Amino acid sequence: MNSAGFPKRGLALLALLFAALIAAPLLVNDYLLTVLIIILYFAYAGQAWNIMMGFAGQLSLGHAIYVGLGAYTAAALYVHFGIGPWIGLLVAVPVAMACGAIIGFLAFRFGVAGVYFAILTIAFAEFARIGFDHIGYTGGSAGLFLPVAQYAHNDLWNLRGKPIMFYYVMLAFTAAAFVLCRYLLRSRMGYFWQAIREDEEAARALGIDTFRYKMFAVVISAGMTAVAGVFFAFYYNNLFPEQVFHISRSIELILAPIIGGIGTLFGPILGAFVLTGLSEAMTELLHTLGIDVPGAKQVFYGVCLLIVVLALPDGIWPWLARRLRLERS
Amino acid sequence: MPLDIYLNVAVSGLLTGLVYGLMALGLSVIFGVVRVVNFAHGEMMTIAMYLAIVAFQAFKLDPLIMMVPIAGVLFALGYVMQAGLINPFIDRPEHSQFMLLVAIAIIFVNVLLLVFGPDARSVQTSYAFDSFAFGRVIVDATKVYAGVAAIIVAAGLFAFFRFSDTGKAIRACADNYTGALVVGLNVKRLYALTFGLGAACVGAAGSMLTLIIDVTPPLGPQYTLLAFVIVITGGLGSMPGALLGGVLIGLTEAMAGLLFAPSAKSMFAFAILVLVLLFRPQGILGKRAS
Amino acid sequence: MTMLLSITAVSKRFRGLVAVDRVSCEVAKGEIFAVIGPNGAGKTTLFNMIAGALQPDEGAISFQGERIDGLRPDEVCRRGIARTFQIVRPFPALTVEDNVMIGALLRTSDAARARESAHDVLRRLDLLDKRQRAAKSLTLPDRKRLEVARALATAPQLLLLDEVMAGLRPTETDRMVAILRELNARGLTILLIEHVMRAVMALADRVLVLHHGAPIALGTPAEVVRQPAVIESYLGAEAV
Repeated sequence: MNSAGFPKRGLALLALLFAALIAAPLLVNDYLLTVLIIILYFAYAGQAWNIMMGFAGQLSLGHAIYVGLGAYTAAALYVHFGIGPWIGLLVAVPVAMACGAIIGFLAFRFGVAGVYFAILTIAFAEFARIGFDHIGYTGGSAGLFLPVAQYAHNDLWNLRGKPIMFYYVMLAFTAAAFVLCRYLLRSRMGYFWQAIREDEEAARALGIDTFRYKMFAVVISAGMTAVAGVFFAFYYNNLFPEQVFHISRSIELILAPIIGGIGTLFGPILGAFVLTGLSEAMTELLHTLGIDVPGAKQVFYGVCLLIVVLALPDGIWPWLARRLRLERS
Repeated sequence: MPLDIYLNVAVSGLLTGLVYGLMALGLSVIFGVVRVVNFAHGEMMTIAMYLAIVAFQAFKLDPLIMMVPIAGVLFALGYVMQAGLINPFIDRPEHSQFMLLVAIAIIFVNVLLLVFGPDARSVQTSYAFDSFAFGRVIVDATKVYAGVAAIIVAAGLFAFFRFSDTGKAIRACADNYTGALVVGLNVKRLYALTFGLGAACVGAAGSMLTLIIDVTPPLGPQYTLLAFVIVITGGLGSMPGALLGGVLIGLTEAMAGLLFAPSAKSMFAFAILVLVLLFRPQGILGKRAS
Repeated sequence: MTMLLSITAVSKRFRGLVAVDRVSCEVAKGEIFAVIGPNGAGKTTLFNMIAGALQPDEGAISFQGERIDGLRPDEVCRRGIARTFQIVRPFPALTVEDNVMIGALLRTSDAARARESAHDVLRRLDLLDKRQRAAKSLTLPDRKRLEVARALATAPQLLLLDEVMAGLRPTETDRMVAILRELNARGLTILLIEHVMRAVMALADRVLVLHHGAPIALGTPAEVVRQPAVIESYLGAEAV
């Protein structure tokens, strides 16, 4: 983690990447576009989670709760009141932030840290998963379905339309998240977060109110993740508590930043590309080999994950950056 | 509702809880000693369940008898996992350990999916529909056998840790890692042994559980979570605590399923977990964490 | 002489064991005050009570006329007391510069200003040329100086040093002594716990000696070192 700016090489590569991403819809077919949307989704959500973990050092394994709360809030407003997602966002984000505040407050006031904190977050997510099964207003276990008026033209206000619209929306979110995280990381709060992550007691001895800043990390992370939830609702158009809040979602969310590189700005993005790319490659490979058994792809995926975890414990980005001499070692 | 039904459900929950407790005991032993969060715990149990089912369907061998060899297989699996993969991760940050075990869990689940397919499997023993009557209480024979087996295995484990040299050595590692090194204990080997033992517990529990529930490949995660709820509620580092926690959760689940909607029963388990984490993190029988 | 820090009849018990037994003393502004005593004498416990890491069971601690016992460690630091740790605790993955910047960020919210401030401190502590290195790559003497630099960056009035000389060779000890003397000359009040008598004799204006948690001597280094009670506490009754 360097405190000065990016070296020129890094900025150039970044600009190149961004240009490629903007031009992508013109270059790839529809299927690949949907894959890119998924990549950007995980890059964004991973960036949001990274704030809590990579910056402030708090391991959340129940982050799906914020996706779910964001998704259900915006979806319910749309289904019951016809309120579009951009307004719905203004409600969904505070709801998720409030939830984050509650979890954070309970955990930090009562000294729940490390593994126990992680388990606490799992418990809350599970609680939401089962709880939402019983909330009739949002469809219960049968699910909540968003009415899709049309696919033909792009209605940005209601987020109804073609994949290309969703792509650019997600790209905008991801870019904004990147900029926000870069700003946060170099701000006073970002430094305090890193201090807390490295050694909370030493941070306190330097006058840092660690409770306050941990709360900030949780709340900001929750709010950002909720935006992904809103997108999720309007992209997939159906929500089931069993899926949305499931621990697999939480694990999915964190794969990209951990594999990519915790605490770095590029980690979540790189991780999302690598993981989704890997997954797609696996599917292709097995298809051409004629192996079409459920579970085959996932086994390979798991093995690849294992190899990366064993070989590159800090994630791919730090290793790659050293190779490309993009960051000081 | 007549009292009989409450009693029946309660006893049924209690017995199932004993099996849960045994499963959680495995986790408690692993977490308490090696200090690694075994997120593949439920998946390991699922493997054991499938082994039991194969043994039954292919060779008509009763799961309760197969419990011993299956526990042995799981022991070997656990030992190898710890010695081969997990040992270098002991000092790594939690998220790294977590990722490692998640990767292993993904591999386990999907190998099972590959081999056995997604359909539910179960075991129908000759005594599957028998029941015992104790006064006004009627209990499934399967649950009684499973519960008794769980107690026996747990007792065996207690005895091992209490009275055997290896058991005491393992407890020493848990209490004081550096001290154990200093007195010359081969900590890495003891860790592997411990993981193996924890896996064996889960293997035995899995065998027993086939008598009570159906198994599908993705069954794992919810049991990993359940194991955590039990271990934390009952008390980390306390073996009786794991059993007690198991019984408590088994009872709570059963009663909640009866009194409220059946699907809401897990909520109580999680509510209890949250309360324990906040107000009594060492659990009911646990010692204050260092 | 204005009193910066006042400790009045402070006691601390740990489940029946009396760690600190009615200790009183005052540290004047601009002083270098040392607390010494054999192991287990209660020095670090006293220290931790001043720094807010522990609460006294009895007594009061005042800083600049205001009570600080019962405050959290971060509140104590914000009042103007900075501390180092006996076993150094740098932020390992961060650079030396970032480590010290975090201290400086207590007094300014501007990262650039904090970096300048950090550079000043690093220069004084002779670490400027190592500022881009990761803290975990430093040698022990460098880490000790980093620990001091980081605490200094919070612009304290009082600096608490917990056995900062431990593990240093004589030349490094002298270097640290010179640095601390210079800081004191610029107006920094220092309270140090120390075992290394060489440093205590060279630095301290006054010394408090603790034994089994209780004060047994208070005065200049020369006075204190000659007292029979002090010699006995270190070397045993037969040495007197």
